[in-house]
Amino acid sequence: MRWLRRNLITIAGLITLAYLILPNIVVMVFSFNKPKGRFNYAWQKGSLDAWKDPCGVADMCGSLSLSLQIAAWATLGATVLGTMIAFALVRYRFRARGAINSLIFLPMAMPEVVMAASLLTLFLNMGAKLGFWTILIAHIMFCLSFVVTAVKARVMSMDPRLEEAARDLYAGPVQTFVRVTLPIAAPGIAAGALLSFALSFDDFIITNFNAGSTVTFPMFVWGSAQRGTPVQINVIGTAMFIIAVLVVLAAQLLSNSRQKNSAKP
Amino acid sequence: MTTLTETPPAAPAELPVRKPLLRRKLVPYWLLLPGIVWLLIFFALPMVYQASTSVQTGSLEKGFEVTWHFQTYWDAFQEYYPQFIRSLLYAGTATVLCLILGYPLAYLIAFKAGRWRNVVLILVIAPFFTSFLIRTLAWKTILADGGPVVHVLNTLHILDVTSWLGWTEGSRVLATPMAVVCGLTYNFLPFMILPLYTSLERIDGRLHEAAGDLYATPATTFRKVTFPLSMPGVVSGTLLTFIPASGDYVNAELLGSTDQKMVGNVIQSQFLRVLDYPTAAALSFILMAIVLAMVTVYIRRAGTEDLV
Repeated sequence: MRWLRRNLITIAGLITLAYLILPNIVVMVFSFNKPKGRFNYAWQKGSLDAWKDPCGVADMCGSLSLSLQIAAWATLGATVLGTMIAFALVRYRFRARGAINSLIFLPMAMPEVVMAASLLTLFLNMGAKLGFWTILIAHIMFCLSFVVTAVKARVMSMDPRLEEAARDLYAGPVQTFVRVTLPIAAPGIAAGALLSFALSFDDFIITNFNAGSTVTFPMFVWGSAQRGTPVQINVIGTAMFIIAVLVVLAAQLLSNSRQKNSAKP
Repeated sequence: MTTLTETPPAAPAELPVRKPLLRRKLVPYWLLLPGIVWLLIFFALPMVYQASTSVQTGSLEKGFEVTWHFQTYWDAFQEYYPQFIRSLLYAGTATVLCLILGYPLAYLIAFKAGRWRNVVLILVIAPFFTSFLIRTLAWKTILADGGPVVHVLNTLHILDVTSWLGWTEGSRVLATPMAVVCGLTYNFLPFMILPLYTSLERIDGRLHEAAGDLYATPATTFRKVTFPLSMPGVVSGTLLTFIPASGDYVNAELLGSTDQKMVGNVIQSQFLRVLDYPTAAALSFILMAIVLAMVTVYIRRAGTEDLV
């Protein structure tokens, strides 16, 4: 009983962790299923078919590559624009700073469906053709605030004396920025970029409104929920999960070994 | 070291002053310009267009015209207020559940995980990369009628209680309020855990020791030290869960039935299927107003204004 009381938080935390991971395990297990009908919701028979032929479903891999392209461009756009805004907000005092802070905060404090619907009214009024470009525009728009927040947090916690020191050592403004400021801000920028990529790749609500007849991967999954879910969706989901874990682990190991190296005299 | 003799005579600290004052003053504006213009055109301007759409009348065939028909707001609200109430109820319940479920895990990562910390953090973040739609569909399998979850809940007679409360129906969970809230809680849980973890991690562990030295029980330490210090995380976590949950229509669509439609479902179908743009625009403005009002009151009461 005392053991239970002492470890209550750990047990509760592990239950939550199980709740978070459970669907991923189900997705993984069902990627080896051979379903009877069109829907892959009940276990039938073990099979490797879907893993042998992940692109065997019409249009699925096309939508996947489209989503990856959009996520890559959206990440690039949002990271560049967002980092510039973050530096301006932290490093400079100017008029309209408060207004700009609110403009950055609002997209995050708005239900996605509201933004999605309003953007659609804009595109409809402009007579824009819905598709790749409207999706990309929308994704850059909603990723921007997240990049600004991530980079701002990092730049704000940065010691200004490091830059002063660089200047004292006769580094020019450009040199100071490239050799000192940017490396220190890099983890914040990387976090913002990673978040953008994940948000853009996974976005369904805003894309659903502004995609027209273009089909991104989440839209393909949405459509398949009505028409019948191919097992290959589970294969892609599992593969993404594993790749994400490996990438994060690799980044972790890299930064660990770098820290160890720099700790050496 | 020969460079030492070639150093410029001016003190380095004065270097930036040498630049023309005007150009230096403009630097922040040049940095802001592209991003802010983007937000103005693709975030602020659409709101204006939506506002104008909401007071238009007409039809898709004849075209829409601004007639300042504010009646649309009242009509839309009267027709769909059950969906509004349901959205706020579901989102609120999911937020509370996220807080209850998320806090121990955030605490675990911040103080107890030790060398496992990064592994647990990865496990919290990595599911993001499996599309959330795929994961939500997995809940269909987990909560399926003949599945293990329903079986256990049935054996323990929990479903009898929840059915009596109106959360489930008979011996099924899928297509009931409980399934939708379960999905919402699941989907937005990481948005609660990460801010909680960030603010817990900043707490100095010595404060706990100090509280212990002053004869505070672990419960008192939590109530008087840990929880108050984690308030910024609690506030931003609840906002990051409640706001998206209140506008979500994916969980209600995939895990609920027509009886669990939320306001997001209505906006989506009015915009994309019924093509009644004024009603859809009015609905999304009402949702926005409700959410912003609640967020403002909440932030005031919680006392943390520096969220961004």
